[in-house]
Amino acid sequence: MAGNSPLVGVLALQGDVREHEEVLSELGVLHRQVRNAEQLAEVDALIIPGGESSVIDKLTRIFGFRDDIVAAIRGGLPVLGTCAGLILLADRITGGLDDQQTFGGLDVTVERNAFGSQVDSFETSIDMPAIGGAAIQSSFIRAPIVRDAGSAEVIATLPSGEIVGVRQGNLVGISFHPEVSNETRVHDWWVRTVVVPSLG
Amino acid sequence: MAENTVGTLRIKSGLADMLKGGVIMDVVTPEQARIAEDAGAVAVMALERVPADIRAQGGVARMSDPDLIDAIKREVKIPVMAKARIGHFVEAQVLEALEVDYIDESEVLSPADYVNHIDKTNFTVPFVCGATNLGEALRRITEGAAMIRSKGEAGTGDVSEATKHIRTIKSEIAALAAKNSDELFVAAKELQAPYELVKWVSENGKLPVVLFVAGGVATPADAAMMMQLGADGVFVGSGIFKSGNPIERAKAIVKATAAYTDAKVIAEVSRGLGEAMVGINVNDLPAPHRLAERGW
Repeated sequence: MAGNSPLVGVLALQGDVREHEEVLSELGVLHRQVRNAEQLAEVDALIIPGGESSVIDKLTRIFGFRDDIVAAIRGGLPVLGTCAGLILLADRITGGLDDQQTFGGLDVTVERNAFGSQVDSFETSIDMPAIGGAAIQSSFIRAPIVRDAGSAEVIATLPSGEIVGVRQGNLVGISFHPEVSNETRVHDWWVRTVVVPSLG
Repeated sequence: MAENTVGTLRIKSGLADMLKGGVIMDVVTPEQARIAEDAGAVAVMALERVPADIRAQGGVARMSDPDLIDAIKREVKIPVMAKARIGHFVEAQVLEALEVDYIDESEVLSPADYVNHIDKTNFTVPFVCGATNLGEALRRITEGAAMIRSKGEAGTGDVSEATKHIRTIKSEIAALAAKNSDELFVAAKELQAPYELVKWVSENGKLPVVLFVAGGVATPADAAMMMQLGADGVFVGSGIFKSGNPIERAKAIVKATAAYTDAKVIAEVSRGLGEAMVGINVNDLPAPHRLAERGW
């Protein structure tokens, strides 16, 4: 990315942090790991990676960091969530742990682990009209599905009709992992059309 | 529009990618699985006896009863792993039919084949395998393992073997990365691993799959030390449920693993945990009782 790159944080408590950093490096986007409120305050945008959503939720509470993330999202921080990150951005979830919380922000209902166990995880390619070009390489790993997109815009669906990507303002959540599929176009699109314009 | 494809290496190793920075806990009952999930485990390993008990009780250790695995799967929503004996491809077929999320082809159980490991490329479910050095790790990856854990010495509470194995694997990777391309052919011969895989590790300076640590982790400081040595995450076997206060110890190890560079956090979570598992010094174990020497 030429010129003034935004500084993108990757929430680095648990999950596939490294893969997101590799995509951002490949795109030439400045990035850093975010593990606490001070680091969060320094970034222009945040990626919530794949991982175990219930664990990321617990760790943000244990380390007294959850309220800062929620406040940043409410304050308009651009956020991209993949898989667990989509779950954590959803206002409502089903199939979660009894005490599982989310940060919220997307007016959607997401079903956790909606495809079954790991033997049902799969790779495919999906059309994302907002991004255009060839179909997007995507990995669905014990992935969630958006059961009700509420007032959010649907940006990705499977051929079967299931909603696997939504956008609402500065928040983008997808069920799948472009970052483990050698696929950089989703991150590139998010940085160019969501993050950079938010910098004014 | 492409068809959906299951069981690719990317999907298998992808789940391991999602477990990074996390703790995988051995559990022998649904109640223990609940404690592990509540404490923040990223996955549980369902088995009939933890390694410390296998050691104490002796006899042949085998795959768990499917009823136990089903009960644990019903109890928790995080991924459930289970162990098959080295080389026992039918136990692995059974575990795949039970839809566990990962199979551990494990030296903690009694080997079923002293020559061959399971051909893991035949399965849709992913496998994790143990290794004590780089060559062993690369041979397991060649057989289809999508995740490696250093072996350590399970059921001892003595972290010294875990330390040795992660250090060995890391330093052998660094040595490979420093080699010239014309030296890689002999390196492949010495590692007893395929040239293409050896070349990939040399060029990328890492394993092509996630590397966790196992075998002897008993305290929050043990877990954080493994992370600082370069592990992607930690397996804790007997260390939690053979200790005085499993609930608090499980939570403490999760926190220390996530905040592994923050000594203040590690100090805080190490307070008041009660007794750690009693432990056995690895040097006191007669060689035939060392599990890490199973698998080759």
